Amino acid sequence: MPALSPAEAAELRETARHIRAEIVRMIHAGGSGHPGGSLSAADIVAVLYFHSMNIRPEDPSWPQRDRFILSKGHACPVLYAALAHRGYFDHDTQWSLRAIGSCLQGHPDMRKCAGCDMTSGSLGQGLSVAVGMALGLRLDGNSGRMYVVLGDGEIQEGQVWEAAMAAAHYKLDRITAFVDFNGLQVDGPTAEIMEVRPIPDKWRAFGWHVVEIDGHSVEEIAAAVDEAKRTQGRPTCIVARTIKGKGVSFMENEVDWHGMAISDEQLARALSDLGEAL
Amino acid sequence: MKRVELVTCRSAYGKELAELGATHPEIVVLDADISKSTCTYHFARVYPERAFNFGVAEQNMMAAAAGLAAVGKLPFVSTYAVFATMRACEQIRTFIAYPRMNVRIVATHGGVAVGWDGVTHQGTEDIGMMRTIPGMAVVAPADAVSTRAAIRGCVSYDGPMYIRLGRNPAPVIYGDEFSFVFGRAYKVADGTDLTIIGSGSQLPECIAARAALAEEGISARLLDMHTIKPLDEDAVVAAAEETGALVTSEDHNIHGGLGSAVAAVLARRCPAPMEAVALADTFGESGDPKLLLEKYGLSAAHIKAAALRALARKVG
Repeated sequence: MPALSPAEAAELRETARHIRAEIVRMIHAGGSGHPGGSLSAADIVAVLYFHSMNIRPEDPSWPQRDRFILSKGHACPVLYAALAHRGYFDHDTQWSLRAIGSCLQGHPDMRKCAGCDMTSGSLGQGLSVAVGMALGLRLDGNSGRMYVVLGDGEIQEGQVWEAAMAAAHYKLDRITAFVDFNGLQVDGPTAEIMEVRPIPDKWRAFGWHVVEIDGHSVEEIAAAVDEAKRTQGRPTCIVARTIKGKGVSFMENEVDWHGMAISDEQLARALSDLGEAL
Repeated sequence: MKRVELVTCRSAYGKELAELGATHPEIVVLDADISKSTCTYHFARVYPERAFNFGVAEQNMMAAAAGLAAVGKLPFVSTYAVFATMRACEQIRTFIAYPRMNVRIVATHGGVAVGWDGVTHQGTEDIGMMRTIPGMAVVAPADAVSTRAAIRGCVSYDGPMYIRLGRNPAPVIYGDEFSFVFGRAYKVADGTDLTIIGSGSQLPECIAARAALAEEGISARLLDMHTIKPLDEDAVVAAAEETGALVTSEDHNIHGGLGSAVAAVLARRCPAPMEAVALADTFGESGDPKLLLEKYGLSAAHIKAAALRALARKVG
């Protein structure tokens, strides 16, 4: 049986499209931010928050919930858009991104942002946090799962591999890590800056179950998460091939759109690409 | 007050943890391959399911502690002071302190008195590193009794805390009369001519220095400043007002530690002559701990000499 019915898939695609539009609106309003990596992770985040994760937006600290850690914290507009759309906070809060006094910090702050399970932004650390969460929840017999989204540039951080080793050692099968494999980092292509491939082989060598998917296919994302849920005794890494800036023609695969402000004119073009009215 | 018994603070720590484990199911203990040395094996032996060894990977361990705290556990994370505060410094700052996680970082091997292992294993900047992190409490108990009291007491504290222990057997200074009050200096002995403020493994040297001063008719108050942050400012001000001169003593670099903290309070609230006994912005080296204290200016004789300098600067 497919992970998603055609109707569910269509709805998730629409949700991801909406999230992308909110990302560009939010970064335009904030005057700065990271569009490229937010857009590349939009489908993953949409499937997690609107299909796969066991959460209660009306009770953000529900102890039995699944947890989401955006280890590549700079992509937080994608998280904020998903949280707003699921009703964790008011829709218009999004336009305060990065403004003084806002709950939507430039990188996620769990003490300010309702629904945010972990502070992040310094790369390479989210998987370690998930390891701690998984160990703690297991002690309590709590079946909550941990979903972590890592950037492909981010896995250059050595701590990621310390955490990968520990998650496999402790058989933390409730951890599912996505690598948002868009092939670009701040200074250029990962292949030129610091080669990270072969990514699946590295995770396999560390004892993980690995699934390789198209990170923009909601069906493949949902199926991979289901496979992770069925996998016992080891964590799962979903290597998701993505396009940085996905959905906005002039941002796609453009390294400079890692972090850049969006002008009024660019906003109009981006929303037009995404099939949205201004 | 005085007994000759020698006990390491780290063994006191491990044993206290093992006792606390019975009544505090939320306590979990994290190590990075040196639990035999940090003495947390005492806990792991009784509660193996709550003791997690992360191997030689301190950064992962520290961020994992944040994750454990995020799901309601009370992690005690232990390794040597150098590795805890410097190898894993940003993990502490951004993932433990910034989200105000209830994590207890209990680091052993603080100070040049670590001895033979040398500079790589002598934590001499750790207190400065931790003091500069917003909201991080910093505690350095002097002996086994105060270590046990600090560990017991820290369970109910809300927020992140760094507890620094030494490596070597330390004289048991305190008996039943001792009470550990977080954030309050403990007055070991009173005096009128000046005040010695010591912390951690330097307390025995301070006691010896006080005795040597007494032989010359100089009456020194001795404060055990076990809580370095938040500092007991009122005790510092009272010492300045009532005794007129101060000496701090710590096995730590002169920048950023107890001396810096006390000097800042004096400058702001009650200027008074003060001398700082600490490492003179230098690294240590391998060697016998007692000889290292002599060579690096941390011995009782150095504290006494500093006291005389402070006294000489006293007006009136």
